[in-house]
Amino acid sequence: MLTMEKILFVDPEKCTGCRICETVCSIGHEKVANPSRARIHIVKWETIGLYVPMVCQQCESPLCEAVCPVDAPKRDPKTGAMLVDYDVCVGCRMCMIACPLGGVGFDKKAKKVIKCDLCDGDPKCVEFCEPKALQYVEATTATLVRKRGAAQRLSELMKKLGA
Amino acid sequence: MQPNIDPMGPENVLLIGAGLLGGIPALGSGRCDIAAKSPLTGAVGGSNLGGFFAPEMRFAGFDHLAIKGKAKKPSYLWIHDGEIEIRDASHLVRKDVPETQTAIRADHGDEEIKCLVIGIAGENLVRFANVMTGIKNSAGRTGMGCVMGSKNLKAIAARGTMDIEYSQPEELLDYCKEMNEMILKTKWAGAESRWGTMIIYSNTGTTGLVRVRNFQLNKMKEASAIECENMDKYAIGMAACYGCMVHCRHRYVMKEGPYAPFYDEGPEYTSQGAFALEPDVPSFENILVGNHLVNKYGLDTLEAGSMIAWAMELYEKGLIDKKMTEGLDLTWGNAEAVLEMVKRIAHREGLGNILADGIKPAIQKIGKESEYYAIHVKGMSNLHSDERPTPSFALGIATASRGADHLRSRPATDLYGLPEDVLKAIYGGEISSDYTSYEGKSRMVWWHEIEYAVVDSLGLCKFQTTFLAFNAPRFEEWSKLLKFAANMELSKADLMEVGERIYTLERMFNLREGFSRKDDTLPERYFKEPTPVGLPISKGKKIDRERFEKMLDEYYELHNWDRNGVPKKEQLDKLGLSSEPSHIL
Repeated sequence: MLTMEKILFVDPEKCTGCRICETVCSIGHEKVANPSRARIHIVKWETIGLYVPMVCQQCESPLCEAVCPVDAPKRDPKTGAMLVDYDVCVGCRMCMIACPLGGVGFDKKAKKVIKCDLCDGDPKCVEFCEPKALQYVEATTATLVRKRGAAQRLSELMKKLGA
Repeated sequence: MQPNIDPMGPENVLLIGAGLLGGIPALGSGRCDIAAKSPLTGAVGGSNLGGFFAPEMRFAGFDHLAIKGKAKKPSYLWIHDGEIEIRDASHLVRKDVPETQTAIRADHGDEEIKCLVIGIAGENLVRFANVMTGIKNSAGRTGMGCVMGSKNLKAIAARGTMDIEYSQPEELLDYCKEMNEMILKTKWAGAESRWGTMIIYSNTGTTGLVRVRNFQLNKMKEASAIECENMDKYAIGMAACYGCMVHCRHRYVMKEGPYAPFYDEGPEYTSQGAFALEPDVPSFENILVGNHLVNKYGLDTLEAGSMIAWAMELYEKGLIDKKMTEGLDLTWGNAEAVLEMVKRIAHREGLGNILADGIKPAIQKIGKESEYYAIHVKGMSNLHSDERPTPSFALGIATASRGADHLRSRPATDLYGLPEDVLKAIYGGEISSDYTSYEGKSRMVWWHEIEYAVVDSLGLCKFQTTFLAFNAPRFEEWSKLLKFAANMELSKADLMEVGERIYTLERMFNLREGFSRKDDTLPERYFKEPTPVGLPISKGKKIDRERFEKMLDEYYELHNWDRNGVPKKEQLDKLGLSSEPSHIL
């Protein structure tokens, strides 16, 4: 039987920029409020009102895994998340350099690389995201909502062009 | 701080504070409180703003700043990970509010920096210049931006990567979730999430609880022209402050018109009043543009709007003429003149220069006759609300420590007409359900003064308290949050005592500066002119002087102050304030 893998799906259009995701991520993982130790970050362009939550996308061909000299990133068979095996990690930070999304951060207090672990299948950020800019959904259906939105805009445009 | 100092002198002390719960993932925990002696009123000054600055200051390792003296040249404070330094700000001079923040971020190569800044209004020492963060979050009232300007302090920039530690982090996280669910269950949170504070106008504008043409009408003729539904044409989404699920402000884009294109945030209910109701301009676009201008210049939208409406009424009455306005036609409804006056105030040009000093000095310059038309208490203008039909609101603006003010005590839920047994259970005394009644309203004002003092100290947002809904978190919930966050055991009674102490201390400050019972009053018009329009419940209403004075007596009694509004000795002993004002600073 095929297991349906869930993904952390980001919809920037819904993000209100409240930074609750960053805060609950750091409290959940590190027991303190500190966005610099969170695995997720809202990138903002304040003067035009654009907010984009950025987080590890748990790639199918992870560059963090490819560059790691000691094979520290390992896929969690349960959630599909790439987890760092801190027993072997040497802290070289090659994964930070390689990841094109900025999905790996560095916790300067704990002196270790940090990344989203999907909270073992129950992401705290999703639980707290009221506008639903973050959703934990099955990969195959994740974009249907966005497709519907885009389709609606397209149909409106077609109507306009037809008129 | 010595008595009777010049608020714009180096002796004034500017206090910047994050709340005790600042940074928790709930209830809008990003509030920042700014205080100093007010250059607008000479009384206690203070203003509270949202956004992201206060948590960033905490991440940088600071909870409070006390700023004394004056810099020799334009400067800004740079706070980062346990360090604080004074930096040159000469390159920031004359930059507007967003430009200043963009330039500071560029200086440090860090887009995550959060700033408190002043705009051109603050630099020009407009006595109601505000302090801002982000695009629109403002500590609007009492001229805290003017105090920053007087200290040559253009900005305070913070960036931190330090921890905020909690005594019981797991419990705190679970309880924050419960708190967020609790606030989202209230109907007002839903309405604010969709429409922002402009939804308030849908009630007050219809009922007749707003000031139109300064104070001539209490309802706008073309009322629907400025309803919040108009916002959908311009909005691109909502925005939230730190730790807030309500997200009550719009992000909007203006694509057309002489000021376009621009991006801005808001507008608030206050700007509906400032740029549409008070000057009687039935134009939604004027609200959006006016909001944009005050945000750029760093000007209190409320004070600016109220001052301009006052000037318009004086123009109508012939107390100021075209010579004084330098040709500007201040006739009711002249949208362009309103916007032009905003610019002139910020730049201190012509009549704008007179208005920029605030209402009391402006009355002195324009003449005694102009005083009757000024809608202010203790030198600070009132919101565009008309309190004649609502004695509880009227008492609130009369007694508020910082002047005419809806955020120190307004019992907004009085408008709901809750059952009297419910009111008794909440407030602990008999209160009439009828908002036009005077019965028990002193108790409401007293109770909310205490509540709001506490919530400002906690660093949470007033919109996530009983300000708008009684099923929102209250003292009991804050006790739990304090336990989980800071390991503090404070009961409801303890917290109420804290609030009482804060409010009594503010009272003592004002007494020392020469304010007394005579200043806890309303503009004459509240007692003389009945409301001309509105629904039957709000039409033909004025404040009865005798009943107002009785409310005031009751209010002092609840605070355990004497009939002159001076705290009694036993109350000072109880609150631990007997040796005050020693540490008023």
